[in-house]
Amino acid sequence: MSLRGKDLLSLREMSQEDMELVLSTARSLKEILSRPIKKVPTLRGKVVCNLFYEPSTRTKMSFELAARYMSADPVSFAKETSAMKKGETLADTARNLEAMGVDLVVMRHNVSGSCHFLAKVLDIPVVNAGDGMNEHPTQALLDIFTILDYKSRIRGLKVAIIGDVLHSRVARSNIFGLTKMGAEISVAGPSTLLPPEIEKLGVKAYTRPEEAIEGADVVYVLRLQLERQSKSLFPSQREYSNFFGINRHKLSYAKEDAIVMHPGPMNRGVEITTDIADSPRSVILDQVTSGVAVRMAILYHILGGRD
Amino acid sequence: MADHLLIKGGRVVDPSSKTDQVLDVLITNGKIARLAQSIEAENGTTEVLDATGKIVMPGFIDMHVHLREPGFEYKEDIGTGTRAAAMGGFTAVACMPNTQPACDTDTVVGRILERAKQTACVRVYPIGAVTKGRAGKELAEMGEMRAAGAVAFSDDGSPVTSAEVLRCALEYLKSFDAVLIDHPEDLSLSAGGQINYGLISTVTGLRGIPNESEEVAVARDLLIAKLTGGRLHLAHVSTKGSVELIRQAKAKGIRVTCEVTPHHLILTDETVLESGYDTNTKVNPPLRTQEDVAALKQALADGTIDAIATDHAPHHFDEKWVEFDYAEFGISGLETAVSLIIDRLVLPGIIDWMKMAELMSLNPARILGVPGGTLEVGAPGDITIIDPELEYSILPHNFESKGKNTPFVGWRVTGAPYGTIVGGKVVMYDRRLAV
Repeated sequence: MSLRGKDLLSLREMSQEDMELVLSTARSLKEILSRPIKKVPTLRGKVVCNLFYEPSTRTKMSFELAARYMSADPVSFAKETSAMKKGETLADTARNLEAMGVDLVVMRHNVSGSCHFLAKVLDIPVVNAGDGMNEHPTQALLDIFTILDYKSRIRGLKVAIIGDVLHSRVARSNIFGLTKMGAEISVAGPSTLLPPEIEKLGVKAYTRPEEAIEGADVVYVLRLQLERQSKSLFPSQREYSNFFGINRHKLSYAKEDAIVMHPGPMNRGVEITTDIADSPRSVILDQVTSGVAVRMAILYHILGGRD
Repeated sequence: MADHLLIKGGRVVDPSSKTDQVLDVLITNGKIARLAQSIEAENGTTEVLDATGKIVMPGFIDMHVHLREPGFEYKEDIGTGTRAAAMGGFTAVACMPNTQPACDTDTVVGRILERAKQTACVRVYPIGAVTKGRAGKELAEMGEMRAAGAVAFSDDGSPVTSAEVLRCALEYLKSFDAVLIDHPEDLSLSAGGQINYGLISTVTGLRGIPNESEEVAVARDLLIAKLTGGRLHLAHVSTKGSVELIRQAKAKGIRVTCEVTPHHLILTDETVLESGYDTNTKVNPPLRTQEDVAALKQALADGTIDAIATDHAPHHFDEKWVEFDYAEFGISGLETAVSLIIDRLVLPGIIDWMKMAELMSLNPARILGVPGGTLEVGAPGDITIIDPELEYSILPHNFESKGKNTPFVGWRVTGAPYGTIVGGKVVMYDRRLAV
């Protein structure tokens, strides 16, 4: 069993075994983050390229720091200052990076399936850092890692995913990953923001958040993706917040020890109220910390530091 | 001295006369001259083709292709598109007007026919635009285009969006006895869509195009056809609901015909997922579900669907080798259609050879009102010869078409076009072009 040299495109296609391998490695690598000198030489001489066609704070910094902590050299591509502005295609851009000796490409892209396309173009491994409305597999792995931190297990846990499921790659990756590991998932949101036939993925779907949250161990709040709302999917952010935003009242339907998660960036006061986001039940910043460890583990396994 | 072509020993399948028997076919001066059990060749003046073990049918007519000329010759031109047609067993093609400029005047119709005369190896029937610039606002000069040789009218690539414009066009065309071919799509329901709306769009995160985006338009078109009594043909129907609506409309006596493509009869949206987002599976209307495929096959068998057309949509490699949302819609279909229909529909017994000839030859000729579609004496000497046993792999790099964009790459199929004869002239024989 090895992830060495492989792409990480989706949790739909990733085996439970491989997921657990990444999680257990991340568990041991996390300790590095609290050392005074946060650097191990494992991936010295390896180059990781961040190819981001969409804005990102967390994911991009997280991959960059993960590479640095492992002594790999991160390089970044920014859409605004790149030759893409001159009309260069993704395939050409990526093959040029490969020709310069890059060992791995991490890509964020606004079009679903772009990482699958890139993996056909390139010989070097591709890691999906979020493609359109499809998947964000490293986010879901860090989410699962965080849940394990608090709940010590996944099997049998009730996870409620609330909000804009339609546009959410985070929701898709979590649904694929968490169901593989035995969680019971409910999703809820306005029906206009629930994708068709979602229940065939093995989840329960509700149009009222309270029903999904009832008895939940984990309440996962999705960001309302304002940049992808091209149509009249809901009347106003105010109304969305009233009926679908997570506040103290809606959270009262969950178990008393339920944790609250969010992939960031938050629209405070829209999908989540500030008092909940900043409450002791919120593990949102733990997710961010876990993210670095999980990405260190992914780079480690794919770039194959040592066998 | 007469010019004779004698096709000997083939199984002749001709739906116009319900003939299905081994016969020799003699073509003289470009026309069908005689069918009989044994015709002797006249020494020196007769070219003889041995068709033993083969099936001889009236020439196939693809009533829906995009030849891309003028304007998009980097994708296809009339020469390469018609060579692809000849290789694919088609003796005639009707080409859609979404060119640059659009085929919306008699000048462009004339230009296409002129280029066809210079470069085409099968018959080319231009389809004129319904509206100026295919913009859906004002009627194009359809009478002038008809006089110049346009056989039908369509804004294909786009629907005729306005119901009122559609109504006027169907009324107006009554003076010119031509069919209006609509591309049924409600653009507000399909906006931004990449693949079929449903489980697969949910799993892939690609935006979905619901069946209803087609069915809403089909229902509207049928109502306008009823209102006007005009001749309506619906292009590339892809859903169960569409064929149900059309079946009901036909039962009520509305003048409507429709076509289906090979890819909608064979593939489903699951292909998009299985292929890892292969942009060659991106087509409009999108590949639907197994339920739709089953309904389309049923509608073929019961006569609801009148024709099989390829919607041959060649694109340049660069236009498909991009992110899914940025790829062009369309499949290069001329060189795979006949084999796919034999392999997936005839050999499994969903339709028989007679039905195949009806769907690919007789009915397209009747819908468009063009010669051919029959082997009766005096008809054009247009013939498609089929090898029902040849087994081969579909390899797009061997296509005559410039468009290599096919989701059927590597498919192993049985049955192939073996000969294409246009006006008594052999343009393809034994899987090789003779021109």
